[in-house]
Amino acid sequence: MATLREVKQRINSTKSTSKITSAMHLVSSSKMSRAERNAKKYVPYMNKIQDVVAAIANGTAASHPMLVERPVKKTAYIIITSDRGLAGAYNTNAIRKATTAMENRNQSKDQVVIFAAGRIASDFFMKQGYTVADSEIGLPDQPAFSDIKRIARTAVGMFTDGQVDEVVMCYAHFENAVSQVFMERKLLPITDIAPATTNASYEFEPSGEEILEVLLPQYAESLVYGALLDAKASEHAARMTAMKNATDNAKELINDLTVLYNRARQAAITQEITEIVAGAAALE
Amino acid sequence: MKTTVVNIVTPDGPVYDSEASMVSVRATSGEMGILPGHIPTVAPLAIGVVRVKTPDNKTELVAVSGGFVEIRAEQVTILTPSAEVADSIDLARAKEALKRAEQRVQAKQEGIDVKRAELSLNRAINRINVKEGNL
Repeated sequence: MATLREVKQRINSTKSTSKITSAMHLVSSSKMSRAERNAKKYVPYMNKIQDVVAAIANGTAASHPMLVERPVKKTAYIIITSDRGLAGAYNTNAIRKATTAMENRNQSKDQVVIFAAGRIASDFFMKQGYTVADSEIGLPDQPAFSDIKRIARTAVGMFTDGQVDEVVMCYAHFENAVSQVFMERKLLPITDIAPATTNASYEFEPSGEEILEVLLPQYAESLVYGALLDAKASEHAARMTAMKNATDNAKELINDLTVLYNRARQAAITQEITEIVAGAAALE
Repeated sequence: MKTTVVNIVTPDGPVYDSEASMVSVRATSGEMGILPGHIPTVAPLAIGVVRVKTPDNKTELVAVSGGFVEIRAEQVTILTPSAEVADSIDLARAKEALKRAEQRVQAKQEGIDVKRAELSLNRAINRINVKEGNL
């Protein structure tokens, strides 16, 4: 049986750990609601740009290399994870999703180029011997468009230069606070253009092709930003759940230990009484 | 008087939203003035200023860094990677950015993308011009 002092020590240390985890839970939950708001703010921009892309792509015969599928020799992956751990299975799942995607799409590591957002993805794929073309570490909790622009631009640029024939994003889609869906989404070439919602036929100044030239890279870059916002909300949600579980577990552990502590104390008291009684009996 | 609604939207959220009697933008093909009832048009924008004339005859300036404009009869939407209304531009910061960009363009070191440096120089000059109103 553990001594009184040992049990007491464990109770105290578990208590202080649970204080930390419950604070982290609160922090993450407020960060999550902010991230959710950010994601909402971005929706009008996305809808608008999607409308215009659809109107142009459906309304004209204009074609652009970004809209055309070509045989895939090399694929670029944009993988979004967090910088730090303590987010439950969030990072593991994101990386697993990415590796399955690679196994399905590519035969060997030479056909893969990686863009990593987040230290975990960057470190993992570098250690595994993949080509990590660029990584963005230290993204803030509430990222702005300029934070991800460099990676997005390089990835889109590699596609236009013909260095890669496909760009795929792997990230966690935020459904709600308790569920995140890990997904792979093809960014380029753009094949899933929705049918035009407005039937306004536009004049193009100077021409449809030239507008696509400007519009499509901007569209692709904003999709990457959208994925990042989504992933950040998921990250905070995953961290929140993980910290809540940790706090709950600590509480349970403290309860068990308190029972143990009381039992040990009672045992000590009983023993003392027995000793006193035995000592008194010996004197008689 | 007829008016049109002007929206300027960036990935970080809407920046500007108001009524206008005239909007002028700098498209890549040249300066473009838009009056209410314009034929639906889409045009890419250069780094420049958007001038919005409000119904009470005031002019508001917004700096935009590229993107494009989508025009409909009663609505003008500008989608751009970043935009700043003149009042919210931090002049000191803009000047600092200008200095940095100038150095980078002049240095022409290896490893620095000259085209990118020039673009950021243009953006910085544009912001300062919009703030100081000398256009």
